[in-house]
Amino acid sequence: MNLGEVFTRGIIKENPVLRLALGLCPSLAVSSSVFNAIGMGVSVLFVLIMSNLLISLVRKGVPAKIRIPIFIVIIATFVTIVEMVMAAYAPGLFKALGIFVPLIVVNCIILGRAEAFASKNGPVASIVDAVGMSAGFTLALVLIAIVREVLGNGTISLPDPSNPVVAMAIQVVPGSFEPILLFMLAPGAFITMGLWLALFNLLDARKAEKKKQETIQASFQRSK
Amino acid sequence: MDFMNLFVIAVGSILINNFVLARFLGICPYIGVSKKLDSAIGMGFAVIFVMALASLASWLIYVYLLDPATNVWSTPDHPVDLTFLRTITFILVIASLVQLVEMMLQKQMPALYSALGIYLPLITTNCAVLGVAVLNIDEGYNLVESLVNGIAAGIGFTLALILMAGIRERLELADVPKPLQGIPIAFIMAGLMAIAFLGFSGLSVG
Repeated sequence: MNLGEVFTRGIIKENPVLRLALGLCPSLAVSSSVFNAIGMGVSVLFVLIMSNLLISLVRKGVPAKIRIPIFIVIIATFVTIVEMVMAAYAPGLFKALGIFVPLIVVNCIILGRAEAFASKNGPVASIVDAVGMSAGFTLALVLIAIVREVLGNGTISLPDPSNPVVAMAIQVVPGSFEPILLFMLAPGAFITMGLWLALFNLLDARKAEKKKQETIQASFQRSK
Repeated sequence: MDFMNLFVIAVGSILINNFVLARFLGICPYIGVSKKLDSAIGMGFAVIFVMALASLASWLIYVYLLDPATNVWSTPDHPVDLTFLRTITFILVIASLVQLVEMMLQKQMPALYSALGIYLPLITTNCAVLGVAVLNIDEGYNLVESLVNGIAAGIGFTLALILMAGIRERLELADVPKPLQGIPIAFIMAGLMAIAFLGFSGLSVG
């Protein structure tokens, strides 16, 4: 498998949230604003790159029987670093993400990539895999957050260019629109997630159908 | 008074801030293990058990080993602050606890083991267990409050899981549009259940 494919696979074809249904808790919990979603995405990007890199470097020295506890300790170390850095430099974001910062440890995407990819591949491929997977995770989070924030609050909040750890809310719908508060609350998260998953299923089914048609046509032409 | 306080914590964790439907913890097993009622019940009880133990163990470790105000390494002149180790110690404690419970059940209570055994390994990566351990510390609960909160959180998870399994068993027979089948419709169901649970937020206890 070449590196380009390793990278793009995580974004669409094997998107961890929307195709594999991994890492669901943070994608529901922190998606009430686009800014929080990006913050979570960046945290996961850092933890995943570092843990994938380290695990891929030590993979030959790790006994198979105790590999999971070792992976967990490695991941927890980087999560603790994220926790401390975020508390020091982005306290607002740290407060908004709350308990979901330490819970990055049990995000199944990270342990999943450690087990399925980094423990079997070299460091360069592992980093590329980490970047692709976190990009897919962030994309899913941002997609959910855009729907929830626009409908629930009428804004899109992005990192402020002059001070990227602070959110800057941009009003995107006219003020006369009454925001649907439900989308900011828990039910909106579940429903938005369900609809996005359904949309991805639909696109996937369309693509599979198209491929099938093409192969039928190709075999038909060959037989002629 | 004290009992009232525990009651408030329990109702809060079971209904008002239900771990699955209001706090978004433990979504993976909630969606993954809710296809059949039997397995939902098994998973639910395993989670209650592990959450109670994890609440106790993590509280004791935090207070006696990590927190600079109370831990055994500190003296009034030289506080030793090990709170940065919280995430690492808690996840290791939970992982080893689950392993220990599995081994003990296998030896002492084979009947219970055969009922809960296959769910136990899944619990290590259930974020609700680590979540309840961290929340107990963040909320500043004492040992008894932590235990009550752990059990109540487990009951809340089990309640949501069993309700969902009951609905999904019936959903098998329903005519759901193809792209929505499986996980997407489960999420929309969860959304409707969360709306129902929002009603509990009007319960003001205490």
